[in-house]
Amino acid sequence: MKRRQFNKAIAATAALAAVPAAVPYVRAQAQKLRVGVLLPRSGVQAGIGQDCHRGVEVATKVLADMGLPSLDIMNGDTESNVDVARARAERLISEGAQLLVGAFDSGQTTAIAQVAEQRGIPLVINIAAAPPITEQGYKFVFRNFATAPMILGDAFANQLEIFSVTGNAPKTAVFMHVNDTFGAAMQKGFTGVMSKFPQIPYKMVDTIAYDPAARDLSVEVSKAKASGAEALVMVSRLNDAILITRELVKQRWNPMSVLSMGPGWYEDQYLRTLGKLSDGPMSFVPWYDPNKKLTKQLEAAHNKAFKDINLNTNHVYTFEALLVAADAFKRAGSAEPKALADAIRATNIKDNVSPGPGIQFDAKGQNSALKNSAIQNRGGKLVTVAPKEAANAKPELPMRPYNKR
Amino acid sequence: MTGLVYGLMALGLSVIFGVVRVVNFAHGEMMTLAMYLTLVAFSALKLDPLALLVPIAAALFVFGYLLQIGLINPFINRPEHSQFMLLVAVAIILVNVQLIVFGPDAQGITTPYSFDSFQLGPVIVDAAKVYAAVAALAVSGALFAFFRFTLTGKAIRACADNYDGARVVGLNVKRLYALTFGLGSACVGAAGTMLMVMGDVTPAIGPAYTLLAFVIVITGGLGSMPGALLGGLLIGVTEALGGVLFVPSAKSMFAFGLLVLVLLFRPQGILGRKST
Repeated sequence: MKRRQFNKAIAATAALAAVPAAVPYVRAQAQKLRVGVLLPRSGVQAGIGQDCHRGVEVATKVLADMGLPSLDIMNGDTESNVDVARARAERLISEGAQLLVGAFDSGQTTAIAQVAEQRGIPLVINIAAAPPITEQGYKFVFRNFATAPMILGDAFANQLEIFSVTGNAPKTAVFMHVNDTFGAAMQKGFTGVMSKFPQIPYKMVDTIAYDPAARDLSVEVSKAKASGAEALVMVSRLNDAILITRELVKQRWNPMSVLSMGPGWYEDQYLRTLGKLSDGPMSFVPWYDPNKKLTKQLEAAHNKAFKDINLNTNHVYTFEALLVAADAFKRAGSAEPKALADAIRATNIKDNVSPGPGIQFDAKGQNSALKNSAIQNRGGKLVTVAPKEAANAKPELPMRPYNKR
Repeated sequence: MTGLVYGLMALGLSVIFGVVRVVNFAHGEMMTLAMYLTLVAFSALKLDPLALLVPIAAALFVFGYLLQIGLINPFINRPEHSQFMLLVAVAIILVNVQLIVFGPDAQGITTPYSFDSFQLGPVIVDAAKVYAAVAALAVSGALFAFFRFTLTGKAIRACADNYDGARVVGLNVKRLYALTFGLGSACVGAAGTMLMVMGDVTPAIGPAYTLLAFVIVITGGLGSMPGALLGGLLIGVTEALGGVLFVPSAKSMFAFGLLVLVLLFRPQGILGRKST
């Protein structure tokens, strides 16, 4: 190569390298909003991460039917790991993501929120309940999901309704929780919130924390059984919910009820894996209002895409996070992060799926008007048993013993 | 009882290191491979997993034999960090292939005895764990007998004791190394089949099992076959007692605590030999 050719090559390379500097301007004019969706699609939370992604797949069509702008989805796998979540968030932003959505797990979401705030890119949380995420004074972080105290408060209120309807209530309970950010937040909030409901008839006789990646929970279940409790109060994930149910059967323990305040017990994989043994547990969780117009629309699209899978929290709240993004993009008329964040802060969506008056964010970026439901597993399906205004079935308590199914 | 199955898994690692002097960093991933093979065979043939124990162990034997012949033998005389990188690469490939083929969801099998248990007074014992533990003992016994009573077993032990001496007397060391790696892999195959009776499999659990195998063999004594089984038992019992008597979420801490104690007071492991 001659010197002149070499100089030309260098100049051409420099010109190409300068192109990314113009990208923010191009981005601001984009027809599509580039949304980085971060979910734990491998690792110990992979089942739930994949389930959340079904909400992403269905969202495109439903949002288009609503007349909202298209979203350009960029997927990132957090591998169920906080450090990977942080690194993936950085990478998605570097690759041009203008808004982030995620990440199901409170620990991973906390890490992503820090990145989003530092880089000035809005984050719309789909699922994560640890309260501190929206207590940091962040300007770019928004959560359309109940915090741990909100879930617990509604759980106790719904339990009282169920005990009253059935005329049955446990007198003692043992609390088992997964020992991760979400589980620890729920455990911390549990005693405080429970004290606000003096009518709760059961006394907590023991609290058992366990490793989220545990391969064997026989010791934990035998300890819970040895407490002599009548009911099992759970905060778990999916794999551990399956392991615990198997141990309940093997250890011949038939609690009056399993009262879950987290994921796992209502997941399709739980229902499919355990068959008739999956019947009976009640989950007190952020759910959906089956009577809302958009719920029917989302359910129809979901059933068309995944006919053997029940619509659930993972799909609904991931969909709603994308709904918030598309709605804000439409109103902002720009993908500029500050304009997007301002538009999200001013969100007022009445036509939504989750229970409650709709989607609005308070000064902290939290939707504090969300309501939660009580659902029960029945014959491989999920029915809403409380609150009564959103219920489509009566609760069954006590649940049928495992050895009589 | 789970500790016996873990012990069998670690036995494979110990056998491979004791003879070939290569640390198999893909051990846990090979076990998840065996677990997936069990899952596939169970779904296709509807055979009891314990009946699949021998064919799966044989399949893993072939896998290990070919791995040693094709990949590891050229690395035998290379620096340890090269061997380490090779086997870590094998582990990563195995995890990703399993992710592509089987997906990330936990998958399990349900046998007629999956939910059975025996009541012994106040104690309830998991039937599947009893069967798996008995099978683990039988496989370990067969391996001990092979090394003690067969000519091939004695030849392998000779290679382990004196590499140059074994070559001088005309033993085909490369073939014996491949056989050993195959046998170690067969142990992993058998352990994986038994673990499918007791729980689920996901590609992500491989590294955790590799770590567990290291904890067990270091506790029992690296290269010692009885040490691996004893290590498995001790780790299992320590985790169970730690969970029952203290905090269940910290039961792994007790296993690692035991490891630290062993390293402090008997660095060669409980039944390990001091290096000279």
